[in-house]
Amino acid sequence: MASWLSTETRVLVQGLTGREGKFHALAGRDYGTQVVAGVTPGKGGTDVEGIPVFNTVHEAVEKTGANASLLFVPPPAAADGIMEAADAGVALIIAITEGIPVNDMIRVKAFLAERPGVRLVGPNCPGVIRPSAKVKLGIMPARIHRPGKVGIVSRSGTLTYEAVGQTTALGLGQSTCIGIGGDPVNGTNFIDCLEMFKDDPETEAIIMIGEIGGSAEEEAAEWIAANLKKPVASFIAGRTAPPGRRMGHAGAIISGGKGTATEKVAALRAAGVLVADSPALIGETLVQAIKG
Amino acid sequence: MKVHEYQAKEILRRYGVATPSGRVTDSPEEARQIAKDLGGKAVVKAQIHAGGRGKGGGVKLAKSPDEAFEAAKAIIGMQLVTHQTGPEGRKVKKVLVEAAADIAQELYLGITLDRAIGKPVLMASKFGGMEIEEVAHKDPTAILKEPFDAIAGLQPFQARKVAYALGLTGETHKKAVPFLLALAKAYVETDCSLAEINPLMITGSGDVVALDAKMNFDDNALFRHLDIKEYRDLDEEDPLEVEASKFNLNYIKLDGNVGCMVNGAGLAMSTMDIIQYAGGSPANFLDVGGGANEEQVRNAMRIILSDPNVKGVLINIFGGIMRCDIIASGVVKAVKEIGCTIPVVVRLEGTNVEEGKAILRDSGLAVIPADGMKDAAEKIIAAVAKGGN
Repeated sequence: MASWLSTETRVLVQGLTGREGKFHALAGRDYGTQVVAGVTPGKGGTDVEGIPVFNTVHEAVEKTGANASLLFVPPPAAADGIMEAADAGVALIIAITEGIPVNDMIRVKAFLAERPGVRLVGPNCPGVIRPSAKVKLGIMPARIHRPGKVGIVSRSGTLTYEAVGQTTALGLGQSTCIGIGGDPVNGTNFIDCLEMFKDDPETEAIIMIGEIGGSAEEEAAEWIAANLKKPVASFIAGRTAPPGRRMGHAGAIISGGKGTATEKVAALRAAGVLVADSPALIGETLVQAIKG
Repeated sequence: MKVHEYQAKEILRRYGVATPSGRVTDSPEEARQIAKDLGGKAVVKAQIHAGGRGKGGGVKLAKSPDEAFEAAKAIIGMQLVTHQTGPEGRKVKKVLVEAAADIAQELYLGITLDRAIGKPVLMASKFGGMEIEEVAHKDPTAILKEPFDAIAGLQPFQARKVAYALGLTGETHKKAVPFLLALAKAYVETDCSLAEINPLMITGSGDVVALDAKMNFDDNALFRHLDIKEYRDLDEEDPLEVEASKFNLNYIKLDGNVGCMVNGAGLAMSTMDIIQYAGGSPANFLDVGGGANEEQVRNAMRIILSDPNVKGVLINIFGGIMRCDIIASGVVKAVKEIGCTIPVVVRLEGTNVEEGKAILRDSGLAVIPADGMKDAAEKIIAAVAKGGN
């Protein structure tokens, strides 16, 4: 499977009439993305700078052939918005919204489980960009990207930009960059992205950026050891974060010793991944990984 | 968000979770009356958010109403130090006066999110009253985990299974099952991130009672639980963190001397990491968020500088949504207002970066520009060292 984005990607924006939705929809269009529709209940029939607005996602899909959604709906209604897009058959849903209740996301996951053709990225993420196709579904600054060979996946937004900036400066460029988001329950995990990068002909090397909490990085490390031949560099944010600030007792048990940066770094190194000690060295570490 | 034990018990009682009878008060006189109403013998428990209250002297057994009065008098107003409060401790404002219990056995129950499977998990252990992390460390098999479907809820068969695994039989088993179902229902319906009963008490007569209770709530879901939101106790939080939350800034105070202002949580954590990597020590975590305005940046700067340990500030912004010129003018205004005399290193990247740099340059302030994170960290550490602090 190649990148989830292509020149065939036709984007509808849920929450297009809001300030952020409009700003980023237009920035995406300026970049070269086909932004074909907006959805805001109650504002159907209007338009935003020539982009037609519909009352429902179903109508937007039917009238414009949209096959991807970029979602800026406010937190209390965001889960509903994701499920509406999935129900309308939108195959790729990128949820930017930050602050969706965990229980809402659990409901979304159950809803998506019955719709295996739908991929949700996020929530609370910067989105996905593929520079070679000039497609951007997200809030990342387009100009720091260059078409190239590095696939980047990250739980963090601005830290992704840091990695993008470094790979651009080193002349490597990016194939596809994916922010999977920092929420505990999300749609797409590291392994989903690594699987895509593995088969994506454009991707020759991979940067995976993790952070403390949960065990997604450890699971990804296991998968990498068993499945991936392409060079991988990594960075784990939060080595100096104080323990227990976000996690209660019970949370610490669930992790069962997993969740600290030290353990994640060890798991990745054991899988043959080169881990940068400093966030300033992510690009250089990848260069070493490519050299072998 | 965290709540006090007495508030957690109030919520749990609404769902049918059994708790000891008792009331909360801020007066020793009333504590005496409550003890009298409870039959004379009572336990007086300090109400602070931190754990380990017993060891710190915040929980006292009173054999008579007069002893309850004395215990409450000693506890209310005390600066209670536990392993979770830090050396300065926490001032006790209220005590919970509860009927003294006839404890036959102490167990552990907890519910939290299992991130790996995206479901809540009920955890139970025969080792109640201990730090559950210690139990997990010594013997992970001593903790039973039962994940359940948040939409369908915990099912009776699951509750029966857990109750049997805890060694409960007969009438006690029959009482434990509805207790577990009620706890799970409360966890899901109030959007908890943690519900913990430690210890869960089995009384001499076989009753199943929550001797202690701890509930944390998903901040993102508080908009639909306005009654629970009312329980927030600002005195239990760091004053600078409370101040920051008013401006939607995510600030966590740390022990170092290099203040940080960053956009994005991952980059903020990495900025702390690189400060340490370069030989310094971060004074805080501060994420100004994706869409911060000038006002927020000004307040962020003010909050960072009000920490007396801060000897230098590192501002690290990689603008995606966030515009560098807005950051720059917020910083300039704050520095001018506060009359900041310590070194400030600024690293700006992203949207409108040239405008941002120009604003800093033309401000006439001694702001040190940096290229990249490494350069920024090294510059602030050198500047702080030079400051002689």
